[in-house]
Amino acid sequence: MDYPQIVQYCFAGITVGSIYAIVGIGFNIIYNTTGIINFAQGEFLIVGAMTAISFSQFFPLPVAIGMAILITILLGGLVEITFIRQVRNASILRLIIITIGISILIREAMLHIWDEKVRFLPYFTGTDTSTVTVLGAHISPQVLWVLGVCAVIVLGLTLFFKYTLTGRAMRACADDRMAARLCGINDRWMVTLSFMLSAGIGAIAGCIISPIAQTQYDMGAPLAIKGFTAAILGGLGNSMAAVAAGLFLGLMEAFMVSQFDVAYKEAVSIVILLLILVFRPSGIFGRHEINVLRTM
Amino acid sequence: MDNTFFETKNLHRFFGGLHAVNNVSVKVPQGQIKAVIGPNGAGKTTFFNLIAGTLWPQEGEILFRGKKITAQKPHVVAGLGIARTFQTTRLFGQMTILENIMVGRHLRMRSGFLACMLNLPQTWSQDRESKARALAILRDFGLLECAHETASNLPFGRQRLVEIARSLATEPALLLLDEPAAGLNIYETKELAELILKIRDQGITCLVVEHDMSLVMNISDEVIVLDQGVKIAEGPPRTIQRDPEVIRIYLGDDHAQNIES
Repeated sequence: MDYPQIVQYCFAGITVGSIYAIVGIGFNIIYNTTGIINFAQGEFLIVGAMTAISFSQFFPLPVAIGMAILITILLGGLVEITFIRQVRNASILRLIIITIGISILIREAMLHIWDEKVRFLPYFTGTDTSTVTVLGAHISPQVLWVLGVCAVIVLGLTLFFKYTLTGRAMRACADDRMAARLCGINDRWMVTLSFMLSAGIGAIAGCIISPIAQTQYDMGAPLAIKGFTAAILGGLGNSMAAVAAGLFLGLMEAFMVSQFDVAYKEAVSIVILLLILVFRPSGIFGRHEINVLRTM
Repeated sequence: MDNTFFETKNLHRFFGGLHAVNNVSVKVPQGQIKAVIGPNGAGKTTFFNLIAGTLWPQEGEILFRGKKITAQKPHVVAGLGIARTFQTTRLFGQMTILENIMVGRHLRMRSGFLACMLNLPQTWSQDRESKARALAILRDFGLLECAHETASNLPFGRQRLVEIARSLATEPALLLLDEPAAGLNIYETKELAELILKIRDQGITCLVVEHDMSLVMNISDEVIVLDQGVKIAEGPPRTIQRDPEVIRIYLGDDHAQNIES
């Protein structure tokens, strides 16, 4: 492999990797406030992208995407209020299984609304043939959009959790739910908010990747598996580690494709997921107590 | 209208067949330190949980400033001005001391999520103000130098102080302290006594569950004794110390008879 080719694969890897990272962060936000692994996370991406695609026929692209994000956020809140909140005294395991049910429900609903046709959003800038040359590699401007938006999401979330009242309240809920309630925090609303936040960043990720990866009603599950792998690899609950793990996963996939058959691409993340679950369930950056944390 | 500051009327709470709190009626006047004592399993912590809204009573009423607060959610009770600490400290371990206090301030800074996102300058100025208040509280507690340490790294005595500071940050009118001296050494307990008196002098009413009798007798204006869920005595510390029934449950029948005769 010559130098520009390596750069090319690097970009491809970082691009999908940052999407995995965003999905992983979505898992983490909900996991932190509730202990639930939300397997409908992948569906949020597809709902966001599909809604944006539909709206983009009537409205300019930024408006369409904005509305799609808003609708997905509302869907996230609705899922929590109508399903998760109604289950009283449920074990975490039961709630996780409910999220699998929700993902099937959303997927089938999407099949009815948008059929099984593959769709995509137009490129944000330029067309599918325009390229930018970076370090000798030719990449689509959409790749830069993906990287930029993902960076903004990660930065924005970091600031949100560290410096805002609501962000701190969500962290407090993650740390000790009862103590947070006694500090006057409405923990139910924080849970709803975590679903809305996860749905929102999921929708953004779905939209920015749609021009490159295209969108089909059943693409949520594979994305969720990749994102879940990123979250587990980094250590559940640790969003910054999920970013590193997502990028690593993306790069692994890209170089796998460069060396072996494309068919093995999917195997990479599954193998990593299995290895991690067997040998280091708390993740490579994970602390041991993260497993204990959620027993309450 | 009954203007008792805080009152419980005939509270009952069962856990299956166990009558954990049995017909407990208590009045706490404003500005008092009232201690709740009793042997292990007497229902003291359950009594606290009923007040704070973490458990709901099956029967009875809780009145706070003339308003019925029975069976309210914990965050609502906290909003009304009742704060509590725990027997085993429950700090937000992954957050810094300063952040812990600022979460305590959460209640007194009403701004919704959207306002938070849309009106950044206001959010920031509010955040600065909250930080200043939190730092002031930490200075009062002599915890300023560890403001940026992660809570779980602090020694136990310090964690206890931070928890009290956090509950004060919610600006309560009534403070529930669940065994504040548990696990503290003699010096720390002495400091704690001074701290509780200082809190009372700020006009905050304190209800204290405590096993350390010297602490209870030194600081409290009145003492309630619970045994097996039942209130068996109430009065000033001196009277309680001589109460034969109290001596009986603490020391056994023989002692009670000796003292009586």
